[in-house]
Amino acid sequence: MWNYVKIGVLGVIAVLAAIAANFARDLAYQVHMIIVMLVAGGLFLWTVRRTDEPLPAPSPGDPAAGYMDGPVRAGVIATAFWGVVGFLVGVIIAFQLPFPALNFEWADGYLNFGKLRPLHTSAVIFAFGGNALLMSTFYIVQRTSGARLWGGNLAWFVFWGYQLFIVLAATGYLLGSTQSKEYAEPEWHVDLWLTIVWVAFLAVFLGTILKRREPHIYVANWFLLSFIVTVAMLHVVNNLVVPVSLLGSRSVEVFPGVQGAMVQWWYGHNAVGFFLTAGFLGMMYYFVPKQAERPVFSYKLSIIHFWALIFLYIWAGPHHLHYTALPDWASTLGMVFSVVLWMPSWGGMINGLMTLSGAWDKLRTDPIIRMMVVSIGFYGMSTFEGPMMSIRAVNSLSHYTDWTIGHVHSGALGWNGMITFAALYFLVPRLWNRERLYSLSLVSWHFWLATIGIVLYASSMWVTGIMEGLMWREVDANGFLVNAFADTVSAKFPMYVVRALGGVLYLGGALIMCWNLWMTVRAAPARQAVPAAVAAE
Amino acid sequence: METYSALRAFADSWALLALFAFFVGVILWVMRPGSNAIHRDSAGIPFRHEDEPAPAKAGHEEART
Repeated sequence: MWNYVKIGVLGVIAVLAAIAANFARDLAYQVHMIIVMLVAGGLFLWTVRRTDEPLPAPSPGDPAAGYMDGPVRAGVIATAFWGVVGFLVGVIIAFQLPFPALNFEWADGYLNFGKLRPLHTSAVIFAFGGNALLMSTFYIVQRTSGARLWGGNLAWFVFWGYQLFIVLAATGYLLGSTQSKEYAEPEWHVDLWLTIVWVAFLAVFLGTILKRREPHIYVANWFLLSFIVTVAMLHVVNNLVVPVSLLGSRSVEVFPGVQGAMVQWWYGHNAVGFFLTAGFLGMMYYFVPKQAERPVFSYKLSIIHFWALIFLYIWAGPHHLHYTALPDWASTLGMVFSVVLWMPSWGGMINGLMTLSGAWDKLRTDPIIRMMVVSIGFYGMSTFEGPMMSIRAVNSLSHYTDWTIGHVHSGALGWNGMITFAALYFLVPRLWNRERLYSLSLVSWHFWLATIGIVLYASSMWVTGIMEGLMWREVDANGFLVNAFADTVSAKFPMYVVRALGGVLYLGGALIMCWNLWMTVRAAPARQAVPAAVAAE
Repeated sequence: METYSALRAFADSWALLALFAFFVGVILWVMRPGSNAIHRDSAGIPFRHEDEPAPAKAGHEEART
């Protein structure tokens, strides 16, 4: 019966998408509708072929009894894949800056720096980071609740729906469908689709929490829940727009002027705060204790960390708008909260690092622990640098310079990237039932390539950012500006090259990881079946 | 503009007080005497259900929510 409903709905969607593609007012919208039509049509055929067919013989044991790890495995593959894609685009645009000839004439209007840069940010944040969060959430919530994922195949809908969102967003950027908001570039029709997927994600997560067997909700799940709920709120409010036409991708924003700017940076900063911080802290509070084989240093501190973080982060957005039309009180508010935020961030860092107390010897033998420690170290470093840069006097030097880009990357490459790599190394042997990873020395190679890459990246951006900021404000004895903008551009050339080389190292490390994970699944010995000795509780 | 002023006045008085009181309350609650055992137990959750879901408890007791 359910299959008939699906066939009907998918058929209607495919036909409507075909009509919309035919009457589309711009190329991006037309391509999107063709993609939707193909996906809905393909699923339509697939469902028709399976309807009223005899079910395949059930495998031994009740398949609905164990954990649902299919979407987690798919998430591992997607994370690794989008990671490499995102890093590669990053390396390309890093070389486009010092060598403008790489903005090829034949690809003019499609593969320029301006088109590729949002593709890079969204690919690494939402495709790589988002899939890392999806897989971790599905894995962690089951293990810490002692319950199978709620909602049956809804988790698969979330996974594939999210991949469709990524494809729509990426094709849209290249074809010029963007509302020009940082980290919120997709236009209204793509935003609506993400909203549907995200509500399903929330339902799967909450459903699993509600049917948990553990009386207490483990703290990682608090962070993950705050990540899901807050991102939903941010996404909906920042994307309140009126479409110009239902058959085109253009839209008009609801919030005008400075209110619009404030809403955008309330969104933008909390996307960092709840997507890249709270969500990844949820990963930290599960994977670090598991890999270190000891519980978190202080559970009390983790609870205080959680409440302090979510109480403070939400107010920090205005520090992106110092010296603008935003009222002074608002930018002071953002600055003060940003500085206060330093404390809970370091509380969390200490909690993560001290989890290793008594097991520091593992640093010598376990490169995965090493990655986690470096990741938490970069979390601490960038959550110190961030509050410092939010102070108005510092911001007047750092804003609009490459210092900001360096700051973002020490957080993204160091904290988010490293903890995600560690999680992938943790998950693959468990999910594919392998005794161990294919090669630990390859993990060490990955670790050192990534770490040296980040160091090259961050230090070159500090140098070039501060240099650029000082050059912009330099005046001569008569009060005239000394440097033209082009002077700073040519002075930055060597640092741009160093930065791009750092990116190459980081990408190389990720490729080694993909090879290692692939060989783990292909060639590592299978895990010995442990006699089913479940502790009688 | 009247709505703005009213909301603004509410936001930086009662709402601020309530949020701050909640926050302080959370910290006091976490630090309450005798909670050590509970927190130690909670910290051990990741090590309990690695391979399969917990069996349903006798008496069909669902998780306390």
